[in-house]
Amino acid sequence: MTEALSRTPTVAPAAQAEPAAQVEPAPEAVPRAERAPGATPVPQKVMRGSTLVRGTRRRLGPGRAVPFARLLGPVLVVAVWWAASAGRYLDPRILSGPGAVASTAVDLIRSGRLQDNMEISLQRAGLGLLFGVLSGVLLAVAAGLSRVGEYLLDGTLQVKRAIPSLALLPLMILWLGIGEEMKVVVIALGVAVVVYVNTYASLTGIDSKYVELAESLDLGRWQFIRKVVVPGALPGFFVGLRLGVTSSWLGLVVVEQVNASKGLGYMMFQAQQYAQSDVIIVGLVCYGIFGFVSDAVVRSVERRALSWRRTLAG
Amino acid sequence: MATHAGGLTADHHPFGADGGSVAVRTSRLVRGFGDRDVLKDLDLTLARGEFTALLGRSGSGKSTLLRAIARLDHGVAGSGELSVPERVSLSFQDSRLLPWMRVLDNVVLGVRGPGSRARGATALAEVGLAGRERSWPHELSGGEQQRAALARALVRDPELLLADEPFGALDALTRIKMHDLLRELYERHRPAVLLVTHDVDEAVELADRVLVLEDGRIAVDLAVDLPTPRSRRDACFQEYRDLLLAALGVHQPEAERPVPAPAAVPVSVPHPARPRTDHEETKPHDPQG
Repeated sequence: MTEALSRTPTVAPAAQAEPAAQVEPAPEAVPRAERAPGATPVPQKVMRGSTLVRGTRRRLGPGRAVPFARLLGPVLVVAVWWAASAGRYLDPRILSGPGAVASTAVDLIRSGRLQDNMEISLQRAGLGLLFGVLSGVLLAVAAGLSRVGEYLLDGTLQVKRAIPSLALLPLMILWLGIGEEMKVVVIALGVAVVVYVNTYASLTGIDSKYVELAESLDLGRWQFIRKVVVPGALPGFFVGLRLGVTSSWLGLVVVEQVNASKGLGYMMFQAQQYAQSDVIIVGLVCYGIFGFVSDAVVRSVERRALSWRRTLAG
Repeated sequence: MATHAGGLTADHHPFGADGGSVAVRTSRLVRGFGDRDVLKDLDLTLARGEFTALLGRSGSGKSTLLRAIARLDHGVAGSGELSVPERVSLSFQDSRLLPWMRVLDNVVLGVRGPGSRARGATALAEVGLAGRERSWPHELSGGEQQRAALARALVRDPELLLADEPFGALDALTRIKMHDLLRELYERHRPAVLLVTHDVDEAVELADRVLVLEDGRIAVDLAVDLPTPRSRRDACFQEYRDLLLAALGVHQPEAERPVPAPAAVPVSVPHPARPRTDHEETKPHDPQG
């Protein structure tokens, strides 16, 4: 304050230009940085006051989303791959070009081999996902809403989380054999843990103000779960679901190495034995497409279910 | 009925023995946190349809008392008797609308029975939000959110409305409108109202009885006998205001004080400057005016 006030008379050269405006400059209008000795703060201030400002401020959020623009990255990868292959930078024995892979894919589809394998893989992943999500959500609700549930379940599941579900494979084979049950259970275990961890975190993070509101409105337990807990935990659930989908594909690859006679993983390991890199690539592309499509489906469901939220991503 | 830890009891008395004209009765109510008793043997009776404001410095136990009456004080140690009506609505400083539900769904949350949605729509229309049923809470302004919260309180047809600084987070203009709305809704539905506030003007403007809570007890119990709508410029309004401010320990500069504030504010002070009414008949006349 006093510093700024004592400075006012020293503003000599520019002050003559605008005498009226400089008789009593408000001290807080003089920016701190411009109070350095020798600076002439006042003309700056006048300029700022009279400059016309056009446009809006700099945007800090990422801006409006363009539909399907998410495909740009994958398309670029394929383009580089194609260019490298066409330019003979790639040895076909190491990595077949996109053309060879495409014709192999067509052959596999004609013979029906790809569809058969895909069907069984999708069934395994789908069932594993279904059971995993159901049990993950039930466990999260049980652990989140009752102290007994929390004491019994949360610690157990945090320990389980530290053990990769694939490390349980030997035990699962011992218990369930090498059939479909084992495969579905291993996938489901992986899914359940990620769904549980994220749903539980989101559920316990529900603002206690909303719990108090529900109490003041005399909601019953079931109504409380339906109207407050489930919607409140939904953001975390969707994070868990997306990780769960990824985890189900991951589990699929592993379980299909174990004495499978069908499935994408089986098809790829057969191809490895005969050095058919094009078939392996077809399998990888299938995984990629499934992963991408399933993630897109979950995203769109999420957007619809969480349309009440306003977020950075819009 | 609901027995809290610590041997508290809460009785519902829809039209029970002592219920005729009494909405809330507390007797020897004690609530405490740790070693500190926040409410100390508090006795309070609120009549049916009475609009009461509760003032107090921060930490005086206003919210603790409100929570006790709302029977939301889980895990708070205490004793005493508390009798409250069956239908109690509570409104908070924040509107506390669930962000994942549309406005109408928020309003009828927890309302059972057929026609609940129609009643919710009526309540929304009553607070001036007709046509906003399908909006998300974040699409409403702060004042509109608080209106929706009022509709949610109203739709339950409360015998007692507890309001915990419901206008505290609103801007001055919106607050004026909300005052008018609350008073209007009160005149129409006549619930007993207990309005917790830190705003003395708000208390005098809205309430017919103002309590000052101090050190866990009711220190001042003042009947506000002014016609509604009330003007803050009114000399009588100013006197009530100064009286309450003095009770809250805020002393005005001499020049601004029209009447010397009493050294100690007695319980139940009828207003000196106005002619006596039936309402005041039971209370001793204070000759200081």
